[in-house]
Amino acid sequence: MGIFIAVGVLFLIRLFSLQVLDKHYKELADNNALRFVTQYPARGKVFDRNGQLLVFNEAVYDLMVIPKQAMKKDTLNPFDTLTFCALLDIDKESFVERMNKAKKESYLKPSPFLTQVSKESYAHIAEVLYKFPGFYFQTRTVRHYPMSIAAHTLGDIGEISAGELEKDQEDYYRQGDYIGKSGIERSYEKELRGVKGLKVMMVDVHNRVMGSYNDGELDREPIAGKDIYLGMDADLQAYGEKLMVGKIGSIVAVEPSTGQILAFVSSPTYDPNLLVGRERGKHYKELQEDPMKPLINRATSGTYPPGSTFKTVVGLIAMQSGSITPATCFHCAGPGSLPIKCTHHHGSSPDFANAIMNSCNPYFYESFKATINNPKFGGIKEGYQYWKDMTYQMGLGHKFNTDIPYERPGNIPTREYYDKMYNGQWNSVTIRSLGIGQGEVLVTPLQLCNIAAMIANEGYYYPPHLIKCFGDTTAIPEVMTTKVDPGINPKYVRIMKNGLRTVFSGSAGTARRYEMKDIAQCGKTGTAQNPHGNYHSNFIAFAPAENPKIALAVIIENGGYGATWAAPIASLMIEKYIRGYSEREDLEKRIMEGRISYKNER
Amino acid sequence: MNERNSIIGKIDWLTVFLYLALVIIGWFSIFSAKYDEMHPSIFDLSQVYGKQLIWIGASLLIGFIILLIDAKFFNAFSMWIYVAVLFSLFAVLVYGKATKGATSWIDLGAGIKFQPSEFAKMATALALAGYLDRLDVDLQKRKDQIVSAILVLIPMALVLLQNDTGSAIVFVSFIFVLYREGFPGTGWVMVAGVVAILLFVFTLLWSQKVMYIILGALLVLTLTYYLITKKKGIMKMLAVFAVMFVFVFSVDYAFNKVLQEHQRNRILVLLGQLDDPKGVGYNVHQSKIAIGSGGFAGKGFLQGTQTKYDFVPEQHTDFIFCTVGEEGGFLGTAVVVLLYVSLLIRIILLSERQRSTFSRVYGYCIAGIFFVHFTINIGMAIGLLPVIGIPLPFLSYGGSSMLAFTMMLAIFVKQDANRLKIL
Repeated sequence: MGIFIAVGVLFLIRLFSLQVLDKHYKELADNNALRFVTQYPARGKVFDRNGQLLVFNEAVYDLMVIPKQAMKKDTLNPFDTLTFCALLDIDKESFVERMNKAKKESYLKPSPFLTQVSKESYAHIAEVLYKFPGFYFQTRTVRHYPMSIAAHTLGDIGEISAGELEKDQEDYYRQGDYIGKSGIERSYEKELRGVKGLKVMMVDVHNRVMGSYNDGELDREPIAGKDIYLGMDADLQAYGEKLMVGKIGSIVAVEPSTGQILAFVSSPTYDPNLLVGRERGKHYKELQEDPMKPLINRATSGTYPPGSTFKTVVGLIAMQSGSITPATCFHCAGPGSLPIKCTHHHGSSPDFANAIMNSCNPYFYESFKATINNPKFGGIKEGYQYWKDMTYQMGLGHKFNTDIPYERPGNIPTREYYDKMYNGQWNSVTIRSLGIGQGEVLVTPLQLCNIAAMIANEGYYYPPHLIKCFGDTTAIPEVMTTKVDPGINPKYVRIMKNGLRTVFSGSAGTARRYEMKDIAQCGKTGTAQNPHGNYHSNFIAFAPAENPKIALAVIIENGGYGATWAAPIASLMIEKYIRGYSEREDLEKRIMEGRISYKNER
Repeated sequence: MNERNSIIGKIDWLTVFLYLALVIIGWFSIFSAKYDEMHPSIFDLSQVYGKQLIWIGASLLIGFIILLIDAKFFNAFSMWIYVAVLFSLFAVLVYGKATKGATSWIDLGAGIKFQPSEFAKMATALALAGYLDRLDVDLQKRKDQIVSAILVLIPMALVLLQNDTGSAIVFVSFIFVLYREGFPGTGWVMVAGVVAILLFVFTLLWSQKVMYIILGALLVLTLTYYLITKKKGIMKMLAVFAVMFVFVFSVDYAFNKVLQEHQRNRILVLLGQLDDPKGVGYNVHQSKIAIGSGGFAGKGFLQGTQTKYDFVPEQHTDFIFCTVGEEGGFLGTAVVVLLYVSLLIRIILLSERQRSTFSRVYGYCIAGIFFVHFTINIGMAIGLLPVIGIPLPFLSYGGSSMLAFTMMLAIFVKQDANRLKIL
């Protein structure tokens, strides 16, 4: 009797530990019987500011095979290879080859048998597919770009990398999931992707689906991604890309009243449809190896000396600090000026308006010197600190951190940098190139465009950004709708604005050739020396002068004078945006067909 | 008082209650294990659960008839029943059908299959009880020892020949009875058996070399003890050690040559020497998952995914305990274990109060048989014993076993009800 009780107690102890203490078996049972099927949401679409479709999802159908099930001997219904091949329009050799490849991949798990089956064939095949065990269709969506423009802005999606998986704090992604890799696909990954759903199915020992678990209690419907409307004007963008053919550089255009980017051209560019689907890897490699480096978004990550376009910044700070007034004149000896010669021939001594129109180097060097040497700062280093802080507030030397991927900060040297560089011994002559936008100062086309927008707005700007709004009522991040005031009195900006108007309208204006009768344009040329050969051709502009609709910056690498390439491109962009087309067909043709020869491999 | 009323008044209703409780739990478990949405009625006779109901009904009927038969009949005819069952065991060897490696069925036609080995246990219990009941039989006598051993060994050998190792092992239970009835030396045989199992297990776990070292160390300690205390019997002790050394020496051979491959694998899986949850360890692995996933209160009737979706093989027969564990949880398994232990204890208590040797021996026999089934079946389902395919009496699906176990118990209940009539 004792032994009965002993065995009974032994069993009870064992059962208690097995059933109550050890939670592990519950999991194992779930693993056995439950299949967690992820339901992928549709990724959001992308439109331009006027509702033109820029990115959408296209369904493709992959025919999958589970070799074990397909190869199963079934004497009642033998696999009809001939019919099957006819259905798919492949020959028997191809069938055997594909099947062997799938078997090599995995015998038990599904592998693609025929990928990217067209919608029509899909309907045809799917109807009779039940006769062929082991085969099924898997629907996938790929991104499609109907206009083939704005590759850098729109970006692309790709399979998540190991590094990205590791950084995924929310534990949302799984191996093989797609994630935004660049452009807005990356910036708005969370909004575009939506939320994955889940279906919990119960399967039996033969892996047959027996129904949903607990009447779908744990099931979650996927939530579709949000649509996004960009500030971009697709027609303007396409036009900009056309203008830029054969030139290296970029165009950035924003709407000054909102900070929304209207056009974001980086040249050379590529067709975004190349980085979709099965050939993605191959095309990516080709683009990566292209010596012109089309993958780089020069509008945000190209940093350039601004050249004379920077005189706007120097002039505004000089006036704001009280170091000069609009009536201040500085002597200019033309090419004989010291320590910086003037590249233009104009009468001495120019006042501010004249100096801007003629882009007088000595005037802005003197203005810069007057600013940092201003006695009210108590020393040149303190003066420089003030100057540098002002440029920062105007959006230079740092990123905007809105929704623009791969921004580079550019460079406005710090006081400490010069201390180290010159052992503490430096003055306005040492750093004189800053006054004319050369030397250590580097800006991105995006930052330069923002300067134009700030002047257009007469003293403030909205951080430039790509998005206009979401497809639903979700508000866009506050940082993009918050006005930034760099602290320049609007009356000085108006003086600057008038000066920039004369660049087009003045008899000696550097861009006078591109003046239009009915659209009042403002602008500033820049011709930047650089270590890569010929001058970079720079230009900032906005229009119309009253109530500006568009502000932009154009940089053409090695394009020569600012007025040669950058100014006409900017002017054509303005005309296109405001008028909808260009009346200056000759100019348009000349620019579009113009090619700059780049000898250096870059 | 007529005969019938006296029967109803005298039978041990507690035993009957325990029996019925187990049968009903078994029936519902089979229903749940084989539940099929196309046949949602537990009374659907085309399904195993419906068939089990027929077997339950037949068993109850036969059990009732047994209660009506004169109690002396079973003692008087014990040898005839025994001989008849031996014949049927022979018949299986000649005409039998093989299922899963064992040839233990006779096809009676009309879809009814008959498994004589289930009845052999009962017949052996009757024969042994009948033999020991004889006034001239004394287990101290060599002749009677031999006869009683042979009574057990013949059916055991026949069952072994059917390659039904599990059922054969059940006959080992008779050694408890012989021990209880004073068969000299059986106590030592049991001790030796336990020691042999331990040596066998540890040799497989640790290898022969380690076992030699351990045995050697024990030998030295024992010898020292004997030399210091100057006790007698040192030669016997040396002989015991010699046998142990020889046993360990032969373990490898026995394991590899005597056992069949599936038996070897089942033992290795149990000892954790072989980890193959998809192959030979599949049954036990899935069985443990089923029981373990039940938790404290179980997943609820018909809610067990392990059993419902066929992850556990043999879930309505040998692994029926899985369904109890998965759907009833620890509560369910504890109830079944407690019911079983209560039934066993009840049978022993009733046996002890019998006035006739026949009734007492028979009671001990069936308690031993139920106990071995209970231990081996549940032990394997929860991974304490290697997989040995024998049913859990009253719960597992199967007509022969249901009938045989019911008859076995009914005969005992009848004997008990009749005990006062024996002077």
